[in-house]
Amino acid sequence: MKILVAVKRVVDYNIKVRIKADGSDVDIEGVKMGINPFDENALEEALRLKEKGIATEVVAVSLGTSANQDVLRHSLAMGADRAILIEASADLQPLAVAKLLKSIVAREEPNLIILGKQAIDDDAGQTGQMLAALLDYPQGTFASTLQIEGDEVTVTREVDGGTETLALALPAVITADLRLNEPRFVKLPNLMMARKKPIETINAAELGVNLDARLKLIQVSEPAVRKAGIKVDSVEELLSKLRSHEGILV
Amino acid sequence: MKILILAEHDDLQLSPSVHQAVTAAQFWNSPVHVLVAGNHADAVAQQAASIDGVERVVHANADHLAHPLAEDIASLLVSISEGYDVILAAHSSFSKNALPRVAAMLDIAMISDVLEIKADNTYVRSIYAGNVLTTIQSTDAVQLLTVHGSNFAAASLGGNAEIVNTEIPASFKKASWKSEVRSQSDRPALGSAKIVVSGGRSLGSAEKFEQVLSPLAYKLGAALGATRAAVDAGYAPNDIQVGQTGVVVAPELYIAVGVSGAIQHTYGMRDSKIVVAINQDPDAPIFQVADYGLVADLFDVIPELTAAIQ
Repeated sequence: MKILVAVKRVVDYNIKVRIKADGSDVDIEGVKMGINPFDENALEEALRLKEKGIATEVVAVSLGTSANQDVLRHSLAMGADRAILIEASADLQPLAVAKLLKSIVAREEPNLIILGKQAIDDDAGQTGQMLAALLDYPQGTFASTLQIEGDEVTVTREVDGGTETLALALPAVITADLRLNEPRFVKLPNLMMARKKPIETINAAELGVNLDARLKLIQVSEPAVRKAGIKVDSVEELLSKLRSHEGILV
Repeated sequence: MKILILAEHDDLQLSPSVHQAVTAAQFWNSPVHVLVAGNHADAVAQQAASIDGVERVVHANADHLAHPLAEDIASLLVSISEGYDVILAAHSSFSKNALPRVAAMLDIAMISDVLEIKADNTYVRSIYAGNVLTTIQSTDAVQLLTVHGSNFAAASLGGNAEIVNTEIPASFKKASWKSEVRSQSDRPALGSAKIVVSGGRSLGSAEKFEQVLSPLAYKLGAALGATRAAVDAGYAPNDIQVGQTGVVVAPELYIAVGVSGAIQHTYGMRDSKIVVAINQDPDAPIFQVADYGLVADLFDVIPELTAAIQ
């Protein structure tokens, strides 16, 4: 069984991103980048399925400029067997990504595709569902547990107010929630070895997909921040403020 | 021009978020239709028909829509999409699951979790966990979006829309619903509670979390929330997680107990009307977004606060 995992290169999750002075876009020049955390959960799950003997091959794919090689090296260091870079301009929106992934699925014919449930930069949360629709595959989004038996995958999904369990016929698309697993740390020797591994590069233009951005960026801005209020010294003072200033009858 | 809203419900009750979606839809000054897809959800169709501003309820009734799969909701929506210029829903795990599928089937972009709708197919939404607002313009002929419920007032009752039944495509055979676990609680639902009491990792254990916060929540008639750190540590169930990766709340009063105030948490509560923060660390970022801060040991002051509430 072959598993395809899509990994996105995003601004490192510890970094608070800044806005360019003219408000035209976010400023990510020289900012530390890394693998999208949800995609790391996706990859971890694929590797565990391989370790259990259920999967035989894990292929990582990333889309964007050649800078994306770093997240693919990270994926190889974690244990992916192969890495594919679909080279394209940096701004790929979810629908274009889903279409490009569809052409890779046609080439690789994986039994299972796992992605993160969302990317921490654009917070769209669409690519997995779009890919499943384009392939006419079943989808298990926001997965917190995953079990494969024969040609069926059982997925527990994190939904508003609880969980839901679905059974999907393979091939299927899964999107990973953070609670799916705890990704392994990459050991330095593995990272050194991953540097020597080949990364297959495919030019997106060869895949015959229309990559035009459907959403035009007009501007970015800072959200209104809540102002820090006042400090109170006691429970008594807190309650009197809530009662007299805010009209909250507690 | 016509607008279609995808309604969320449990076959008995319409989700309150549909009222917010109806308000969002009024932006276009065009007829608003609501799709109610379910299994004998006639009562829900009636509830949707009674929302002021709804012209028509499209009712899809089928056994296989009892626990609807994204695949079935999407194919149904696409089958009736002809003639609609805008398709929208309130942002929730239900709509996030189904609507991107619709977008791909119609070959259009989707705009997730819209905070503000502007003229010329332009929208404001947040990126980077709410740290940046982005204004984007859709170039597609059909607009497909989810809206951030708490940014739109709830439409009132008083409507009397027609209810029409619709044909339903064959069910998607490659997926099936097995079971669900809905947290049973006599507390108000987190998403719509007027008061929320949230606890962080400082509570120290699942027992303490319950022991310290429950009496306060009970006395206030509040819902209980938790930070991701508290959930990851096993102190609270995931479905009460407040934040970017959990539930987004906007109550009248939000009481953060032992919550540090990580960005991903504040994203989930910053629209609260009044925020109270209780934390031992005077430098905790939560105080930056709190109207009233009390620097104190939560184990001392929460019982005191609970006792002092009338």
